[in-house]
Amino acid sequence: MSVRHRLSEFKAGMKPTVKELKFIITRMRKSPLSIVGIAIILFFIAIALLCPILAPPGYPSQGGDPYKMPHEGWTPTPSPPSEDHPFGTTIYQFDIYYGCIWGTRIAFYVGFLVVGISLAVGLFLGIVSGYYGGAIDEILMRFTDIIYAFPGLIFAMALVVAFGRSLTSVLIALSLVGWPTYARVMRSEVLRVKQEDYVEAAKAVGCSDLRVIVKHVLPNSIYSLLIMASLDIGGIVLTAAALSFLGLGSSIGFADWGQIINQSRDWITGAPGNALAYWYTFVIPGTFIFTFVLGWNLLGDALRDVLDPMIRRR
Amino acid sequence: MGLRAYLVRRLLLLIPTLIGVTLLIFAVTQLFTPIQRASLYIRSEKEASPENLNRIIAKYHLNESVLVQYYYWITEVLHGNLGYSMSKHMPVSEAILSAFPASAELVIFAIPLTVILGIYLGTISAVHRDKPLDHATRFLSIAGWSLPTFWFGLILLALFYDWFPAGRLGAVARNAVFSPAFTRYTGLNILDGLLNAQPWISLDALRHIILPVITLTVVQIALIVRVMRSSMLEALGKGYITAARAKGLNQKEVINKHARRNALIPVITLAGILTAGLLTGVVITETVFSYYGLGYFAAHAAMQLDAPAVLGFALFTGIMYVFANLMVDMMYAYVDPRIRLG
Repeated sequence: MSVRHRLSEFKAGMKPTVKELKFIITRMRKSPLSIVGIAIILFFIAIALLCPILAPPGYPSQGGDPYKMPHEGWTPTPSPPSEDHPFGTTIYQFDIYYGCIWGTRIAFYVGFLVVGISLAVGLFLGIVSGYYGGAIDEILMRFTDIIYAFPGLIFAMALVVAFGRSLTSVLIALSLVGWPTYARVMRSEVLRVKQEDYVEAAKAVGCSDLRVIVKHVLPNSIYSLLIMASLDIGGIVLTAAALSFLGLGSSIGFADWGQIINQSRDWITGAPGNALAYWYTFVIPGTFIFTFVLGWNLLGDALRDVLDPMIRRR
Repeated sequence: MGLRAYLVRRLLLLIPTLIGVTLLIFAVTQLFTPIQRASLYIRSEKEASPENLNRIIAKYHLNESVLVQYYYWITEVLHGNLGYSMSKHMPVSEAILSAFPASAELVIFAIPLTVILGIYLGTISAVHRDKPLDHATRFLSIAGWSLPTFWFGLILLALFYDWFPAGRLGAVARNAVFSPAFTRYTGLNILDGLLNAQPWISLDALRHIILPVITLTVVQIALIVRVMRSSMLEALGKGYITAARAKGLNQKEVINKHARRNALIPVITLAGILTAGLLTGVVITETVFSYYGLGYFAAHAAMQLDAPAVLGFALFTGIMYVFANLMVDMMYAYVDPRIRLG
């Protein structure tokens, strides 16, 4: 078979995918909200890439760790925005601007890592359970049932208390709570694809299980899982921020949005006679969390609308 | 399968689920060392001495196999002993029961507000699909969904602190409520104030509950709006809507009597997710507003790494959630015959 022949075969095979993508893009362009969502995400990617330029590290108080916020002295009262500190400083004079900028990287890190782990574990167990069925399937499904019996944040909270407080504990806890959803969706996708003629055909010509799974089942079932993963990132960052706010995440001075707000809790009600005296200590980092999550959710909502077969073609 | 057979089967399913819930919490206790685990079994502060912890390890067989441990643990749990909360200085089960009415009071206000407003906004959004009104509604509801609960609460608190203070009651009202002259019939302050013929206490409680309820509603409403919108869009595309329009019914009748009634069914399934959202929302909201309820208790226990309290609370919410899902399934079977017949 010549290369050219293979190429044209590949092109023909991709035709429905290309058509689908074109449809998604036209439909998305009609929805201004999804454009806003994409713009927000691109904005944050730019911040994350430009961290060292936007907020150069190297302060002596950081001890060589760029993810620690620089601070001067241990004065507890926050100070308002100034030339040196564009967003002001929080308790112990930690620089809020620096924390917000580098916190962007932490947000991406938390979102992608938790989703990545959940996706990998869910993918593997979902395939095994859907493809082979039997006792493994039964045990796995009952197990996911049990995890589903708890609201995510509360079970994650219990796990973090058991592991001890740290950002790593939060990441592990969120992944443990997150994977069952992926396993379930993957399992039902595999069950659907397994019935298809091309899988039967591949089995009939003597393909090994591994080959059938990798070449035929996976490419046809992973699509919805990837979309699900992209929708999940906002929620994960939100839950991680909530755990940080409860003081269960990273330690004080770490460039993490939820942690910065946690540090400012004692200052929320302001000074006597001026309730909003210390607004910058929580309004600014909160705006970062909110906008970041909003970007992902706007994109997700538009995607869901486009991909829902019941309402898309009208 | 008739409705009754379905219900019986669904009720029987409750047993393995509840066992599973306890197993999972028990699995978390296995992450601790035997000494740490022993603290889950004590009943008062005096029992926390090292000799006594060794006695507990022996009594509850904490060094033995997992199955033996589970047997002794579940026996304690079934007797209502969830350990002693060092952060609250009382047994965990007692702390949970005393904090429960406060959270219930919040949820009683938040649920109807969320559901009714959510259904209304979802309908509007679907009827005006891709028009400015639709975009505005969707943007606002997604924005609410993306709000960090704690941050939104903090902003409300900072803005309105003078009118709607934090806490559950003002100092004067609290003294009145805890005085012997006041009978706490239900633990719900608003109701108790009326029952004791002291409406000013109810008003005070209401003043403290407004901001937490708004916070919970704004954060939860997006879910209902989103599902109501897509379910309404689906219903509007059905043949019976065309038929209703062909009969000459006006837009209002078509939407209210034909489309919305059918579109409401999927919203019922949301009640389960909504319960989970409220249970977690309560943890954050109560912490922000220093509103002493279940969530406040759990969050402060977690901050001090008070394991028995957090695990007890997790077990309690797990069980609550299982029962909420049971009710959802029952309602759904009642409303939609396809479920029980399928």
